[in-house]
Amino acid sequence: MAPPNARRTGFSKRAQYGTFFGYIAALAGAGIGAFVLVVSLLNPQAFAGLRGAAADAAAPAGRLAAAGRSGTQSIAADAWGYFTRGTRVAAMERELEVARVQRAENQAVADENRRLKALLGLADADLRPVAFARLINSTASSPRRYATLSAGRHQGVTVGMPVRSPTGVIGRVLEVADSTSRVLLITDPESLLPVMRGRDGVPAFAQGLGDGTLQLKLINLGLNPLKPGDVFVTSGSGGLYGPGMAVAVVVSLTRDGAIARVLSDPTQSAFVAVYPPYAVAAQMPAALVPVAEPALPAKPKPKPKAKPAAKPAAKGAG
Amino acid sequence: MPLLGREGDIAAARRLNRAPSPLLARALPWVVVMAGSVLQTLPLIASAPVMPPMGFLFLLAWRQLHPGLLPVWAGLPLGLFDDLYSGQPLGSAMLLWSVAMVGLELLEQRFPWRSYLIDWLVAAGVIASYLVLASTFAQVTVSGEYVTVLAPQLVLSILLFPMAERFIALCDRWRLRPFRTVG
Repeated sequence: MAPPNARRTGFSKRAQYGTFFGYIAALAGAGIGAFVLVVSLLNPQAFAGLRGAAADAAAPAGRLAAAGRSGTQSIAADAWGYFTRGTRVAAMERELEVARVQRAENQAVADENRRLKALLGLADADLRPVAFARLINSTASSPRRYATLSAGRHQGVTVGMPVRSPTGVIGRVLEVADSTSRVLLITDPESLLPVMRGRDGVPAFAQGLGDGTLQLKLINLGLNPLKPGDVFVTSGSGGLYGPGMAVAVVVSLTRDGAIARVLSDPTQSAFVAVYPPYAVAAQMPAALVPVAEPALPAKPKPKPKAKPAAKPAAKGAG
Repeated sequence: MPLLGREGDIAAARRLNRAPSPLLARALPWVVVMAGSVLQTLPLIASAPVMPPMGFLFLLAWRQLHPGLLPVWAGLPLGLFDDLYSGQPLGSAMLLWSVAMVGLELLEQRFPWRSYLIDWLVAAGVIASYLVLASTFAQVTVSGEYVTVLAPQLVLSILLFPMAERFIALCDRWRLRPFRTVG
């Protein structure tokens, strides 16, 4: 069917001008859009206030959706659990036996660790969460990986704070509004996280690939020592994330590193905790390399330069 | 399909002592597109771009089903609203939505005779170029590897477009429901 031709305005001057100015406005709109785009590409934080206000406005809907999200997920998990209960209970009981023994051993190691640290005069960082909050929405249709957190300036959240769930690192706070804040997830292509292998401290960088996996890039080039199943934890370099937080597990090897799957699925974490930057909590704020760096997602470059100096310390902490 | 312009269809939908609400009739297309922009962020905390760009799909659907209802310049304000929630750098949707509106207008001028299939193909082309350009603006290098991330979202968006059109058609019927008592 041919649509009616709205451009054929007849003799009405008003209609003619209306159509004409509509086109002018549309083209001007494209121009304004291009200008704003260039500004926000040059300075990613340029419109943070506007975005923050919008996020605050949509927060009630997000809270509702977040509550519903965890609800529906637990229903599915319950239904699935009903069918697989028997085998899983048996497997879990076996694991529990082993875990009990290991826990006792770990307790002893932790005690020894504390004694040795006291002997060396190392202060333990006072890592208490600033806030607990929900992830209320995420940029699910964009290639960038941001999530909105239901805590903001009023809850004491500031830019640069690391966010984690019980199963590992989620990301870090990028922009803060009154009652919400925007989190850069570690799976974002612009996110670069200093990590090390949990077992022996092989250092690497974890960069997001945008599809839920991380690219691990080894810092010491040479033979690739990684194997599928290796668990990577934060190394503590850079001073933002404390050492030893679980990040990802290797699933496949590449030429200069590996592809790793993130351990903390943000969809499954009903609540996350916001921590103070590690260097601040450890009363070494000077160790927080470039203070403004966490706020600029587009420039992850300065971090590699800070790396060699920070590496021995990270190994010691792990 | 009687398309009588923005004022005409409100008058045409009048019944004996019932009339549609002019506010609803004018505001609904805008509100639905804006709701799409917010909705695409809500269902899951995604670790990959999996949701179709609902706001853009709704805009396209309004444009295809009821040309002339949203003015040609609607891409700018609606794009601004979408940018605030979508995670794209601000201005990305303002530019792309404006260009899409003008482009569809020109296309309609050039090929006035269309069918449902052609409409869908046009929408598929627009959605594909939108997603690729939006990825470029987000400074994600569209390399060979990235196709595996983009392709599922693209296929889902194209397949969901007829459903978005269905929904918009429903909204369009609601828009002119004469529920207001007159006189």
